[in-house]
Amino acid sequence: MSQKEEKLNFEETIKQLEEIAKELEKGDLDLDSSVNKFEEGMKLSKKCNDFLENAEKRITVLLKDGNDIKEENFTQEEE
Amino acid sequence: MTYNPISVSELNEYIKNKFDEDEYLANVLVEGEISNCKHHYTGHIYFTLKDENSLIKSIMFKSYTSHLDFVPKDGMKVMVLGSVSVFERDGAYQLYAKAMKQLGKVGDLRVAYEELKSKLEKEGLFKEEHKKKIPIMPQTIGVLTSNTGAVIRDIINVSTRRNPNVHIRLFPVPVQGEGAAQKIANGIEFMNEKELADVLIVARGGGSLEDLWPFNEEIVARAIYNSKIPVISAVGHETDFTISDFVADLRAPTPSAAAELAVPDIAMIRENLLGYQNRFKQALLRKTQLMRLQYEKCMASRAFTQPLQRIHEQYISIDRIVKELEHIITKKLQQEKANAQTLMLKLDALSPLKTLTRGYSIISIDGKAVKSIKQLSKDTEIEVRMHDGNINAKVI
Repeated sequence: MSQKEEKLNFEETIKQLEEIAKELEKGDLDLDSSVNKFEEGMKLSKKCNDFLENAEKRITVLLKDGNDIKEENFTQEEE
Repeated sequence: MTYNPISVSELNEYIKNKFDEDEYLANVLVEGEISNCKHHYTGHIYFTLKDENSLIKSIMFKSYTSHLDFVPKDGMKVMVLGSVSVFERDGAYQLYAKAMKQLGKVGDLRVAYEELKSKLEKEGLFKEEHKKKIPIMPQTIGVLTSNTGAVIRDIINVSTRRNPNVHIRLFPVPVQGEGAAQKIANGIEFMNEKELADVLIVARGGGSLEDLWPFNEEIVARAIYNSKIPVISAVGHETDFTISDFVADLRAPTPSAAAELAVPDIAMIRENLLGYQNRFKQALLRKTQLMRLQYEKCMASRAFTQPLQRIHEQYISIDRIVKELEHIITKKLQQEKANAQTLMLKLDALSPLKTLTRGYSIISIDGKAVKSIKQLSKDTEIEVRMHDGNINAKVI
């Protein structure tokens, strides 16, 4: 579960993207701040994209192993 | 006299035919209590259906028992659909059951359902303010359902179609029968305790009220209510409403719908992200265009296009002012000159010296003009001033 540590708050990031877009679109920032906001926005959206790209498909099943629970790849049993 | 008896078999066959010709007996719906119930190893169920006064032998063949949604036991009140016919070997008529529904128990379940529902509702477990938001981009979908059957398959299919990179973590639980509720509740608690998912789907396919019962039990309702992970409940068909559905953060009509609600359509999310990037680019482009426009407007102003013109203009006005000053000074000078001349003329006219030239003299004593003879006496020394000089004299 190493992915947990670098977990991206997707919701929060999308909210930030929306805010940045609105701020930029208002147009009353000076050029420097506009460029900074732009860079921040692009960076954040890229982060989200990477997050989507780097996720890998996993279908797992939690199985009782004595008192422990272990995780295994899930393959559906034929009925 | 000749007797012409028929055999027992013939008699029973005759009776059987009488029974079988009867349309009413071919499809009869009868209500009663099960007793003497025997589950034969062949899969058939033998039992007696009775009321206070009467009983009828009954049988349900294996081919029909698979459709039962409960296990018939002695004492159960049931409604049986079947036909009445004769078992010729025993000369007994009996009820051949094709379908059977439990009566009393279902009634009891209904009552229990309504009781628990109103109890939990009063406690506020269904309140909107307790509902957690389903995350828009959950990383791990926790699923509590049976690890066999259509439900998990549907959930996996729908989920992977929407997001090929989805992570589904199945926690297998029995979804019906004794002890299922406890296991479902434990599963929800376990997922929470270990933080194994961003959203939970609690799912089960359709079934009778009794089948769905674990999802109407308080222990499951409380586990869902206490879950820190948002829970989507998808139990039974669209028309089935379980207590789990009411207490869950979101109710999905079917397990497939639950997957749709839990797993974001990745293509749409990508499109959204692209949309933001485009908005950023557009906004910045507009900003730079605006800046350029302002710059160009600025550069187009005369200050930049004809920077010397203003200086020239200033030169001209300085020149004009200098000229004006010169003019004023010259005029003043002339005026003063004219004034001086008039004064000099006046002065000239008044000057005693001029009178002296005409032969007058001024007599003075000690520099003071003598204006009367009373000032003079014999031997007074006087000074006589004439136009060309002074002379001292003495009065005689």
